[in-house]
Amino acid sequence: MTQAPSAPASATAFRPLPKAAAPGDYGISAKLPDATLIKWLRDMMLIREFENRCAQAYQQAKIGGFCHLYIGQEAAAVGTINSLNHDDPIVTAYRDHGHALARGMSADACMAEMYGKVTGCAKGKGGSMHMFDKPNWLFGGHGIVGAQTPLGTGLAFAARYEWEVMGKSVTGGPAKKKVALAYLGDGALNQGALHEAMNLAGLLDIPVIYIVENNGYSMGTAIERGTTMAHDLRKKAEAYGMEGAIIDGFDVMKLYDQFKPLVDRCRENQRPAFVDLKTYRYLGHSMSDPQKYRTKDEVDQYKNNDSIDRMASYLMNERKTNGKPTLSEADFHAMQAELKDICMKSLEFAENSPIPDASELYTDVLYNPQPNMSPMRDYTHGVKNPLL
Amino acid sequence: MTTLSPAIPSDIAAEIANLHTLLEKPLPSREGSRVIQFREALREAMTEEMRRDKRIFLLGEEVAQYNGAYKVSQGMLDEFGPKRIIDSPISENGFAGLAVGAAMYGLRPIIEFMSWSFSLVAADQLLNNVPKMLYMSGGQWGCPVVFRGNDGAGGQLGSTHSWCVEGLYANVPGVKIVIPSNPYDAKGLLKTAILDPDPVFFLESERMLGDKAHVPEEEYYIPFGQAALRHEGTDCTIVSFGRPVNFCLEAAAELAAEGITVDVLDMRTIRPLDIDSILASVKKTGRIVVVDQCWPFASVASEVITQVCERGFDWLDHQPLRVNTEDVPTPYAKNLEAEYLPNKFKIVAAVKKSLGLA
Repeated sequence: MTQAPSAPASATAFRPLPKAAAPGDYGISAKLPDATLIKWLRDMMLIREFENRCAQAYQQAKIGGFCHLYIGQEAAAVGTINSLNHDDPIVTAYRDHGHALARGMSADACMAEMYGKVTGCAKGKGGSMHMFDKPNWLFGGHGIVGAQTPLGTGLAFAARYEWEVMGKSVTGGPAKKKVALAYLGDGALNQGALHEAMNLAGLLDIPVIYIVENNGYSMGTAIERGTTMAHDLRKKAEAYGMEGAIIDGFDVMKLYDQFKPLVDRCRENQRPAFVDLKTYRYLGHSMSDPQKYRTKDEVDQYKNNDSIDRMASYLMNERKTNGKPTLSEADFHAMQAELKDICMKSLEFAENSPIPDASELYTDVLYNPQPNMSPMRDYTHGVKNPLL
Repeated sequence: MTTLSPAIPSDIAAEIANLHTLLEKPLPSREGSRVIQFREALREAMTEEMRRDKRIFLLGEEVAQYNGAYKVSQGMLDEFGPKRIIDSPISENGFAGLAVGAAMYGLRPIIEFMSWSFSLVAADQLLNNVPKMLYMSGGQWGCPVVFRGNDGAGGQLGSTHSWCVEGLYANVPGVKIVIPSNPYDAKGLLKTAILDPDPVFFLESERMLGDKAHVPEEEYYIPFGQAALRHEGTDCTIVSFGRPVNFCLEAAAELAAEGITVDVLDMRTIRPLDIDSILASVKKTGRIVVVDQCWPFASVASEVITQVCERGFDWLDHQPLRVNTEDVPTPYAKNLEAEYLPNKFKIVAAVKKSLGLA
């Protein structure tokens, strides 16, 4: 089946909101327990609150470097990660705080990393763009656009190799069928790394799902200005012999309805897939983006269809438990207060945490440091990572 | 033996301890009659380790059905099957990155580059992810991959296919760089590289794959950072890496005929660099010539000479000299390529210059 290409949008064209899912359209997600759905709302609200605190800390110059916030895209990380098992590996790009929190990293470890403190997830050696969490199977935020997609392919390759070739897990336990998620932004669609990775995955039956968090802009370039076939990215998947899907990323339950069965298929068949996940970021590309490439009206239109508002409204108005709203107004406000407290405390925790000792400069370079590796001085093993 | 702090994962610590034990075993004799090719020595190293550890797989272009573009992996598909000896499409960036992910997960990939010249299209993975993963993850994930393949001029391959990547890659902290000059070392060093939990760039040479020498059948592991004194003398120290070591030995023989005796140090690894052996020799000879198949500017030779000046300046009786490839892109014409590369004539001339004889 071929589709006529849509007219290319100009740089200033208003990006229309995809058709909203009507409440009541929900499928398998609606059958999930109340607690699960409330947890999803909570996760999304945590990310939003956390990112607002990051913006504040960045403006106060507490956070250095580049800082890419996830506000607006919360449903994407929460919906996809909650479609996985905890030990399914994931890897993402540099807009990674949301994935880290949704995967279970503490707000403290995440914030302390950005403050460059030794209590951060990478002991202050990674920063905002490099969130790693071994216990939660998050194999990093990665800074170079698209470079994480072959890594995600390798994670899935290894997971398949584990049960198929080794017959046990690399750590010695029983092996099982897994999938890996490799997140990328729409800007990464045009990096060679992605295309090499997708070809390898299609060819070698690697159970990786490439998730394009398509927020419409690679920095200031609208997707149509940088990407062919932007109106139907599934064509790219087709070219590499894998299933492609377009999924509404504005509604976490709709997302789950479509994404969870896809994950199950990839796990069962040990095959790759590709998802064009429609989303939108409310803030700039990074904290230093004046956003002259889009109108305020466009941003407002998306904000009026906010994924958190939608989920909260569903739980507080439409969904009933024992005849009463599933989430009461009081419980909602209590949750808000609790999350605010968690994020405020993460700022305090980060502020009060020690900076890395200067000796940490020469640690974690090698697992097996040897004399004469460097003309400067010998490498050593560093302090224990607080997550491990 | 290195003391391991609790910061290092226990499984990795156990592997390092095992490697240290293996490295303490005395090495077998270099003399013997089991003469095999360099490529066979490499194959033996991989095969022996793959039999022992199922986490190891070999991935690269033409490694499986074609039996290896240079026949290094000949027969390995038959023994290990297509799930462990894996043909890759021509996608260096893609499969280098796949290896990074697989290694982080817990496997031990061996990646064959048909030529290190082609590794340049995987530079982002090799220079960003491979060496930095352990550091930027705060010690959570290393990247235990062996990347191996042909490095250096292959014989009239022209500018794009004749790369010596060691000068480029040695600039980045976080990888170990191994560069054998003979079949015996190739086997022992590759076995160490496979067991080392750190990433290793293993540089072979197309021009040496057919070289023959005695290689013991038994298993042995050669430590990184220990140079081999391949020729002994008192007048000058010659330091080299990989294939040019053989030119240095030719030069040493020629110089000996003229009554000039030299130390020839085969460094075997660039990172770590056995600067202690270099300094010990320089202390004896007072002169040093570094022979390096990279271009001269910011090269491995520059680094060796810098370190010698930093740490052994007072022992020098003549300024340090280097023999690099000529500072131009690699030419095609046979005579120009020969003129471009280091050779025994250039080495002899440099040694004589250091002795004030030319």
